[in-house]
Amino acid sequence: MAETGLRVEMRQSAPIPLDARFACGPGELLALVGPSGSGKTTILRAVAGLVRPSSSEVRCNGETWMDATTFTPPQSRHVGLVFQNYALFPHMSARGNVEAALPVVLGRAARAAAARELLEFVHLGGLEARQPRELSGGQQQRVALARALARDPKVLLLDEPFSAVDQVTRRRLQRELAQMRRRLKIPIVLVTHDLEEAATLADRMVVLHRGTTLQDGPPFEVLDKPRNALVARLVDFRNLFHGEIVAHDPTRDRTILRWESLELEAPHRPEYAAGARVCWGIQPAHCVLHRRDRPSRGERENPVAGVIGEYLPFGEIAAVTLWVNGRQDVELRFSVPTHVAARNGLAAGVEARVSLLREALHLMPYEPLERLPLPAGDPSVDRAPAPG
Amino acid sequence: MTVDWQALALSLQLAVVTAAIMLPLSIWAGRTLAWRQFAGKAWVEALVALPLVLPPTVLGYYLLTVFAPDAALGGLVERLSGVRLAFSFEGLVLASILFNLPFAIQPAQRAFEAIPQEVREAAWLCGMSEWRTLWRVELPLAWPGVLTALVLTFAHTLGEFGVVLMIGGNIPGETKTIAIAIYDRVQAFDDRAAGVMSGLLLAISFVAIATVYWFDRLRRRHG
Repeated sequence: MAETGLRVEMRQSAPIPLDARFACGPGELLALVGPSGSGKTTILRAVAGLVRPSSSEVRCNGETWMDATTFTPPQSRHVGLVFQNYALFPHMSARGNVEAALPVVLGRAARAAAARELLEFVHLGGLEARQPRELSGGQQQRVALARALARDPKVLLLDEPFSAVDQVTRRRLQRELAQMRRRLKIPIVLVTHDLEEAATLADRMVVLHRGTTLQDGPPFEVLDKPRNALVARLVDFRNLFHGEIVAHDPTRDRTILRWESLELEAPHRPEYAAGARVCWGIQPAHCVLHRRDRPSRGERENPVAGVIGEYLPFGEIAAVTLWVNGRQDVELRFSVPTHVAARNGLAAGVEARVSLLREALHLMPYEPLERLPLPAGDPSVDRAPAPG
Repeated sequence: MTVDWQALALSLQLAVVTAAIMLPLSIWAGRTLAWRQFAGKAWVEALVALPLVLPPTVLGYYLLTVFAPDAALGGLVERLSGVRLAFSFEGLVLASILFNLPFAIQPAQRAFEAIPQEVREAAWLCGMSEWRTLWRVELPLAWPGVLTALVLTFAHTLGEFGVVLMIGGNIPGETKTIAIAIYDRVQAFDDRAAGVMSGLLLAISFVAIATVYWFDRLRRRHG
């Protein structure tokens, strides 16, 4: 059977260290995620043929684009790339931009018709004659997408395509991409640092850190079950702690974990021996607040008590920090709908109880947490990491 | 005769020939300096800029030294082509090329530098060859800078005095340009002729510089 889709392997030590490998099948949307400087864009540019890492192999539908002896120039790869800033030709109209990517042999009339059709496809009918500077950011992005699709590409590459538009436009463009991709039977690689965007749009997610691919899997799996504490940090696991395995209970499919003075139940993970230290974590969405007025189901599951250290309502969702057993150095983060928080009288200094849902309690190999990069969005993230 | 028409014609001829030679050179060198990194790039850029600060007589002196029939370059050119560089129109053209390097290359370099790298890459991904990218994307975006380079070269050649005097001398129809003719008339106390020709040169220079600013406005509107 002929090989289909895109296969990428890249290694180099300078200027940006790379050790990345992934594959993307026809019709699949793969998200490359990682903090800025993790090499996402470099990898995308190498797939397009704009840079050549020292040791790399890029194959598409069985055809070698790049290896030790072969290098197909970008002109011959038939790659559609939507640049972060779109890189439209500023002196050409929307239609001119799309026509520029259509083969000259088609002839003038056929190219004009094809360009019009592509602009219709990206919902820009009627704006064909506009120059890029007369278009909004979202409209420019659509022109860039139409231009990328004009060459009938074998691969579509999207480099942070939604980062330069406002949030309302971003949501709309994301929804359109989700609808449009069903009609595209080619591999689509999306580079983004937005985990939510990756989770919403992608079939598969590859986590990159300093040029190295750390984990590759469906978004829900990567986001809830990171391979190790580093991936957990990179996918913004807010609750990440050390613990110790107490015992295994295979009959009930459970592993018992000691954390601070508590014993918690986790899904059975026999690979960690009793007595072993581990890292463990749970996403805020799987920490369930106990209602004050009446007990609810699941309260027996890993109950944790504490004092609310921080209560921040962000519109419909409130972010809550619980000081476990009143200790300010043991912070558990979770989020609740603001109306639920109000009904339960959540505020800083108030006592509260939560359950950590057993199935979501995730164990990982032990490693010192201080050496990991700080969580994204942490105000101290720009500071140098503490020694040790 | 008030205006030395022969000198004016010679100056215009020199300016047109120089500008024609400088056009491809400014595009090639401007692109190279804008986008290529190579060892010694700073030295090359300094050499290109040197005529801006060098007194024309200094440049003229050195050119005269190497153009002389008994010097290596002058002798070689004369043996190979029969053209004598010192005190000849061909020598003036060569000198004009050298003293116009900054005027021809720097505006073109700035114009090419202003084109984002991604725009060129997008052209390649659209299937355009390097050559087609130059015609369809780079030159349409950089042309105000390239035209500025042309106009500056033209105007500057028309008015150059020191270098021309040093290596061309004052041979009517061969090396006597309008700037030399003005000097000649002042020496002969012919204030009227000097005044008329100076006014003519002033007008041409002003129109040229005004054109440069107009191109610059166009470029900004595009960018």
